[in-house]
Amino acid sequence: MAISLLNIIFFFPIPIILALLINEVRNMKFKKTIQTIIYLPHFLSWVIIAGICFIILGQSEGVINKIIVELGGQPIGFLTEPNYFWGLLTAQSIWKEAGWGTIIFLAALSGISQDLYEAAQIDGANRWKQILNITLPGIKSTIIVLLILRLGQVMEVGFEQVYLMMSSPVAHVADVFDTYVYRTGIQNGRFSYATVVGIFKSVVGLVLVVSANRLAKKFGEEGLY
Amino acid sequence: MKKSLGYKITDGMIYVILALIGLITLLPFLYVIIVSFTDPSEYLRKSLILWPEKWSVASYKYILSTKMFVQSLGVSAILAVVGTALSIMITSALAYSLSRKRFFGKKVFLIAILMTMLFNPGMIPNFLLVDSLGLMNTLWSLILPAITSAWYVFLMKNFYQELPDELEEAAKIDGCNDMTVFFRIMLPISLPAIAAFGLFFAVGYWNTYFNGVLYINSDELRPMQVVLQMMLIQASTNVADPSVAAMLQSEQMLPPETIKMAAVVVASLPIIMVYPFLQKYFVKGMLVGSVKG
Repeated sequence: MAISLLNIIFFFPIPIILALLINEVRNMKFKKTIQTIIYLPHFLSWVIIAGICFIILGQSEGVINKIIVELGGQPIGFLTEPNYFWGLLTAQSIWKEAGWGTIIFLAALSGISQDLYEAAQIDGANRWKQILNITLPGIKSTIIVLLILRLGQVMEVGFEQVYLMMSSPVAHVADVFDTYVYRTGIQNGRFSYATVVGIFKSVVGLVLVVSANRLAKKFGEEGLY
Repeated sequence: MKKSLGYKITDGMIYVILALIGLITLLPFLYVIIVSFTDPSEYLRKSLILWPEKWSVASYKYILSTKMFVQSLGVSAILAVVGTALSIMITSALAYSLSRKRFFGKKVFLIAILMTMLFNPGMIPNFLLVDSLGLMNTLWSLILPAITSAWYVFLMKNFYQELPDELEEAAKIDGCNDMTVFFRIMLPISLPAIAAFGLFFAVGYWNTYFNGVLYINSDELRPMQVVLQMMLIQASTNVADPSVAAMLQSEQMLPPETIKMAAVVVASLPIIMVYPFLQKYFVKGMLVGSVKG
């Protein structure tokens, strides 16, 4: 729960900022290249992402720690230090999904009429003012809808991600509903209890999604359904 | 319009920031690729490698000679091909029939499909269902639960709904029955959408991981992501399965790290290879039926 709140606070604005930056680029080749690169991690599985993470950040074999040691520092247990764990997960999600998240905003941005910008330029608006007064209002509805829908899914944490990154030193800060269900249900065989936990989560999730959808419609937007 | 100096400076800054972001995204991959091609003895000798003196494919040779890894690649490939074909068939057929007004009981089906989107009973009921259907330890346990997605069905349905009814009527007059209308008219028309969704399905099957952990116990049927996870993560937390531990201890004394990295590269290769060419389909698929401006 706290993990996904962190995700919303830190993750959510990043695709918007990225999309705004990309939107300002006039060189088509550069734009395409950057888009290709930042969409790429979305298609790799969490296993690969987590594996790369272990390779890069590991205590003794990770390259970052090797560099730190070469420079005469102490290795840092990025993966085993409970205080870093949530930050690590959030950073991982940003690295994997922020690029892909820009697509929807870029589509919204391309729908803004160029006439508005021309008019603003004639009126003497500088770039920053154009973004503030034209671009952001133009994609406001998209931002609101996505934010509301995202809030509706606050119970959903990337289960595979947490499961893969979890290790015994950080287990006490890493448990989310799904990992708990997996441990009690599948590993300890307490099926009925684990089912109840799972159903509880789904019911709360359903209520959240439905109310988020209502809220989205109240803002005069099309909801999820 | 003449651009001022300040404008040019911000432009330059935007380029630099974006280039940096691109670099951050790519660097971890580059490191893994570079080290996977490093000569094993050099890796053991030096503490830190940023650019190898001697390139070598020893790790790749080794990883592609281990039965376990190659087998799992085969499993994932079968999943991706068979699963995607089935998924496309079922998704498009379901979407098409739901898009026709004359379909009896349409509302009930639509609500049932919507329910799967809103309410997920969770892991244990799914597990028990797969178990009691006798799918445990078969490839079907990895295909059937993931065979379609409510979201894609709805998007496809909207697509078919926008086609004029006259199209179907004309085909009927020309002697098509419902089956031929679907296969000879509707499928070809929806090819762009099918291509996009097919790619998403294929990526999904290739990346199948957790269902493999839940439903597969035998070594021969493990999908690649599961084997990869065993190699990469279990091995580094010292709770490795004996067969995996044996796999990382090759007789030629290759360091386990370069073997792992080679495995990561092999596992992501299909996606990295096809992705740049298919990017526009992915993006299209993502945007079908979503926000308009």
